Amino acid sequence: MSGQTLYDKLWHSHLVEQRDDGSALIYIDRQLIHEVTSPQAFEGLRLSGRKPWRRDANLAVPDHNVPTEKSEREGGIDGIIDPISRLQVQTLDDNCKDFDIFEFEINDRRQGIVHVVGPEQGATLPGMTIVCGDSHTSTHGALGALAHGIGTSEVEHVMATQCLVQQKMKNMLVRVDGTLQPGVTAKDVVLAIIGEIGTAGGTGYAIEFGGDVIRALSMEGRMTVCNMAIEAGARAGMIAVDEKTIEYVEGRPYAPTGEAWQRAVEAWRELHSDDDAVFDRVVELKAEDIKPQVTWGTSPEMVLPVDGTVPDPANAQTGSEREAISRALEYMGLRAGQAITDIKLDKVFIGSCTNSRIEDLRAAAAVVKGRKVADSIKLAMVVPGSGRVKEQAEQEGLHEVFIEAGLEWREPGCSMCLAMNSDKLGAGEHCASTSNRNFEGRQGFGGRTHLVSPAMAAAAAVTGHFVDVRDW
Amino acid sequence: MKSFTTVQGIAAPMDRANVDTDLIIPKQFLKSIKRSGFGPNLFDELRYLDQGEPGQDCSDRPVNEDFPLNHARYQGASILLARENFGCGSSREHAPWALDDYGFRCIIAPSFADIFYNNCFKNGILPIELDEAIVSRLFEEMYANEGYALTVDLERQLIVTPSAEEIAFDVDGFRKHCLLNGLDDIGLTLESAEKIREFEARWRDQSPWLFGKLA
Ligand code: SF4
Repeated sequence: MSGQTLYDKLWHSHLVEQRDDGSALIYIDRQLIHEVTSPQAFEGLRLSGRKPWRRDANLAVPDHNVPTEKSEREGGIDGIIDPISRLQVQTLDDNCKDFDIFEFEINDRRQGIVHVVGPEQGATLPGMTIVCGDSHTSTHGALGALAHGIGTSEVEHVMATQCLVQQKMKNMLVRVDGTLQPGVTAKDVVLAIIGEIGTAGGTGYAIEFGGDVIRALSMEGRMTVCNMAIEAGARAGMIAVDEKTIEYVEGRPYAPTGEAWQRAVEAWRELHSDDDAVFDRVVELKAEDIKPQVTWGTSPEMVLPVDGTVPDPANAQTGSEREAISRALEYMGLRAGQAITDIKLDKVFIGSCTNSRIEDLRAAAAVVKGRKVADSIKLAMVVPGSGRVKEQAEQEGLHEVFIEAGLEWREPGCSMCLAMNSDKLGAGEHCASTSNRNFEGRQGFGGRTHLVSPAMAAAAAVTGHFVDVRDW
Repeated sequence: MKSFTTVQGIAAPMDRANVDTDLIIPKQFLKSIKRSGFGPNLFDELRYLDQGEPGQDCSDRPVNEDFPLNHARYQGASILLARENFGCGSSREHAPWALDDYGFRCIIAPSFADIFYNNCFKNGILPIELDEAIVSRLFEEMYANEGYALTVDLERQLIVTPSAEEIAFDVDGFRKHCLLNGLDDIGLTLESAEKIREFEARWRDQSPWLFGKLA
C-alpha cells in the first residue's frame, strides 16, 4: 500500500463513520462562528430544541459588519450606525449568551477577522479539523489542519452533532520550487497558482502546497497561500507541519503547555505527506517564473504579471472565453492591450484575511515609509486583521509610518474586502486591494478591484497606478 | 427539509461561466438574520438598474430589460440552465436560499463549485452536472422554443425534454435519499450519536489538548 497524504491522515484520524454510499461522518474539533452565517443556524437549533454538542469546541467573533472608524467603533454595538448591521452583531452576542458559546466581542482586544484570530490565539492548531461558515476557512490549513468553509445548514449540523457529513476529496499537490525574486511574495505565488489552474482547477480536491518556496515562507505567508485555495476551487488547502509551525504555535493563549505540549508536538511531527504518497494531480511551478501579480478582470484567475498587458478578446481560444474577457473588460473599464502599469487607481485597501497580518503591514510600511500617497488617490486605508495585530503594529510604530504617508489607520475587521460596513468603492472606482476576490460589485456596487500583494498595493498608493515593486 | 421527487417546469438561462455567489445574492442582503425573503434580490445587480438595498420594496425598482429573468417567456421558471463553475466564491447559503425563494428547484450546469453544490442539497434544490455539450444543446433548444420546459425525475435520475428525449444524470446515493425523502440531516446524524460519543472519548484520550473551555 502506498503512503498517505497529509489530507488522508487528517481525514482518517477524524473518521467517525464511513457509510456504504461513500459519505462519511467526520469529527470536528473547532468551529469558528461569525455574525453573518450563524443567525439562521442558531435559529434552527432553537426551533428544533437542540443544544450545541460540545460548547468548548466553538469560538465566535464578529468581523464582517463591524465599523472600522474609531469614532463609530468606540460606542461598541450601540455605536454601529447601520441598524441592520447593528442587529446582526447584536444577534451574535445574544445567541452566544443563550447557547453559552465563547465570543470575543466587538471591542475585545482579541477581536478581529475570524481567520486571523484563530491561529493567532492558538484556537486553531495543527492536526485539527476546523470549520466555519466562511469559505476562507481554508486559511487554517497553513498550520497542518483540515479546514474548510461550510454553509449555514452545516454550521447548525456541526453545532448539534460535532460532525460533518463529507465525501472524501481527491488529493492535489501544488509544488513551487526554487527561490522567489525579491519583491515577490506569498500573495503573488498563490495568484500565479490560480492563474495556472483556474478558479475551478481545485474543485473536488484538497490541495497541499509544498516545495522549497512554501517551506521558506513564514507562517503568515503560508496562511495567505492557503487562504486563497478556495479561489482555485478547493475547499481545503494545507501545508505540512514543520519546525516553523511548531514555533509559531508555541506560547499562544490556547496552545497546549507542559506535558500536553510535548505530546502534541510529537503527534504534529507526523503531519506531512509520506514520501510514497500518491496524489491524484500534481501541479508544479518554478519560483523564478513568478513576478508580482495583478488581477485585471472579475475573477481571480484573470491575473497577469505586473509587466503584462490586458488581454484582447480577439485572441481568445473559445467563444465563451472571448465573451468572458469582453464582459470583464467592459466592467473593469479597461481596453485590450493596455499595460497593467497604466491602470490608474482611486482607492487602496490593505487588509482582509488574506493580507492583514503583521508581516503584511510591515511589508506595506516599508514601501510607503518617507513617501506620500499620490494626490489622485481618494482613499488609502490599512485595516489590521485583529486587535492584536493592531497593537503589535503600533508598538513597532507602523501606524505612524502609514499616517505620515497619508494612509488611514483603522480598527480591525473585514472592512472593504466585502464592503458590508461603510468601507466601499464607488461605481467605476479602481482599487488596489490585498483581499481575495475581485468579483463584480464585491467591494461596492460597480467597484473595480485589482488583487495584489501588500507591497504592490502600497507602491500603487504612492504612484497612483501599478508599479513593479521589484524596481522599487 | 423540502423533498424533491419530480419537478416539471420552465427552464431559464443564466448564460455565463463562473457565476459567483456575490452575483447570485450581493452582500448587502447578507445582513438579514432570516432564511427567507431573498428571492426578490436574486441576481440583484443584473436584474435591476439601480443599486439594491435590504428591506426595500423591489416592485418599483427600474428593471434591466436585457436580463432574461425579466422576460415574459421565463416567468415562473423553476429550472435554471447555467454554465461551468456555477456558484463559485463564498460559502453563503443565502445563494441557494435566494434561488429557492425565487422558485428554482433545479440547476443544470456543466460544473458547480463544491460548497455551493453541497448547500443546494440542504435546501431541497437539486444541482445536476451534465456534459458541457449536452448543456449547450439544452441552451439552444431553450432559446429556440418559447415555453421550453423540462421534467426532472430524481428517482429515475432522468431529465426529460419536450421531445421526450431522456438524459441520465448522476447523483450521490446518500444525497438522493435525503432529497427524495426530505430528510433532516441532523436527525440522521444523531442516529449515530453513540458512535460519535465513542469516537470522542477515544480522541480525547489521544489528543486531550483539543478539548477544554476557551476563556
Ligand atoms: S476578510 Fe474578506 S474574505 Fe476574509 S472573512 Fe472577511 S469578508 Fe471573508
